[in-house]
Amino acid sequence: MIEVRNVSKRYGRHQALDDISFEVKKGDILGFLGPNGAGKSTTMNIITGYISCDSGDVLIDGKNILEEPKEAKSRIGYLPEIPPLYNDMTVIKYLEFMFRLKKIKLPKDEHISKICDSLSLTDVSERIIGHLSKGYKQRVGLAQAMLGDPPVLILDEPSVGLDPAQIIEMRNLIRQLGENHTIILSSHVLTEIQAVCDKIVMINNGKIAAAGNIGQIMGTGRSTTVIRLVIEGREQGIQSVLKGIDGVIRVTSLGETERGCYEFRLESRKDVRRAVSRAISRTDYAVMLMQPAGHSLEDIYLEIISGKQN
Amino acid sequence: MYAIFRRELASYFTSPVGYVVAAAFMVFNGIFFYVQCLFSGTSNMTSVFQSMFFIELFIIPLITMRLFAEDKHNRTDQALLTSPVGIASIVFAKFLSALALLLICLLSYAVDGLILSFVGSPDWGVIIGNMAADVLIGAAFISIGLLISSLTESVIIAAVLSFAANVLISMVDTIASTIPWEWMKSAVYSLSFQSRYNSFAVGLVSFSDIVFFLSVTALFLFITDRIIDRRRWA
Repeated sequence: MIEVRNVSKRYGRHQALDDISFEVKKGDILGFLGPNGAGKSTTMNIITGYISCDSGDVLIDGKNILEEPKEAKSRIGYLPEIPPLYNDMTVIKYLEFMFRLKKIKLPKDEHISKICDSLSLTDVSERIIGHLSKGYKQRVGLAQAMLGDPPVLILDEPSVGLDPAQIIEMRNLIRQLGENHTIILSSHVLTEIQAVCDKIVMINNGKIAAAGNIGQIMGTGRSTTVIRLVIEGREQGIQSVLKGIDGVIRVTSLGETERGCYEFRLESRKDVRRAVSRAISRTDYAVMLMQPAGHSLEDIYLEIISGKQN
Repeated sequence: MYAIFRRELASYFTSPVGYVVAAAFMVFNGIFFYVQCLFSGTSNMTSVFQSMFFIELFIIPLITMRLFAEDKHNRTDQALLTSPVGIASIVFAKFLSALALLLICLLSYAVDGLILSFVGSPDWGVIIGNMAADVLIGAAFISIGLLISSLTESVIIAAVLSFAANVLISMVDTIASTIPWEWMKSAVYSLSFQSRYNSFAVGLVSFSDIVFFLSVTALFLFITDRIIDRRRWA
């Protein structure tokens, strides 16, 4: 549905995007991850035809965004990082304007009121956009993107500035939209991506750092295992016992969690849970908790963006 | 394109800009009309039109200043440029909305003519000819203002620069008169908006003047279109 092929973009001396390629299949929700300034918004602006790329191609449903811009653009609903709202218009007038601008051939009033209902905007439809809260503005921006029911939705940080209840609402909405839309969703909030997306593209410094579905990415290049331990006893003593266990690479003390108990993060080459249990039981110390921690998406993300991937 | 035209025209009147511009135009027109026609006891409106040239020069930057600058500042250009609408249509729609506001202002000339018809016999040919001339010269000024608005994100800078450009254009005659080389003098002089406008004001409509203003308008609209497209490649 969306094909990005070898796209590069340079701003002056700054190489914003360097040979980016990925593909989103019909009905997928793709999470677009990366730190601020990695090129997320640039990529989205190129996909939607707001800016052009120096080289490479973007195809939306087979239509090249630069060669057949009208056909390609009419298939996309775009919510940019800053929603493109006219602050002097009322919500309903703005949506009517966007409806006409996009040359949509659906029954206008019915279509707009359906979208307003699904986003709980009906109550504010007569209010001036400039007077609305950030959460409402974000929803008006999303409403604008949903106009005309385009098969592709590009959402740039859709939950920025929303309160926790609204974030959950937005997530449910995106999941619901994902049933019959192809969606690219950018975020630097990992839990959001994890909660909603099927696949991930991680981008850093204008390059794709990792891509695939979440399971694959979490498993890539991992040769070590991590466990979390809470042990009662003396911190120094416990640490030296743990370090003496065969296969342990690194022991990190995370401090006292309850009276007399210390938490540790143990990284090892193999599963050392049995060895840990035996080693501790030979001393006066006691294991209060032992849990395979695994690598969270956060860990992987931080490793990838700091360039330390194994 | 119609959607953009309609929104832009409506937005002149959801903010004070449209009212202020129209009121200023009408107030000055009223003053000039009273002083130069009614008070002087003549139904010849030529000097009114000549004076109004300078008012237009001040007012048009206020009409054009926000057309592109504000869109860029508020990021609403993202909505326009990612819609299935060509850049040329966007430029032309914005141009037409500014021209429509100017037309509303120009209606005050018709009011002048109506008042004159009670106390004397106005030359309707001159009045209608001048309204047409004002549309032409207004279109040229608007296209220049539009171009400048597309170059900046700041509405104030757009207004100041357009105003400076307009003043410079009105000084072309003065500048031309100081040039010692005859060929250059006549070349610069042929760029004068004012001398062409003045011949309209006395009722002389020449084909070459019409073509001149239409060409200037088309040229600046084209450059605006190119600049906006070009920025996407920057």
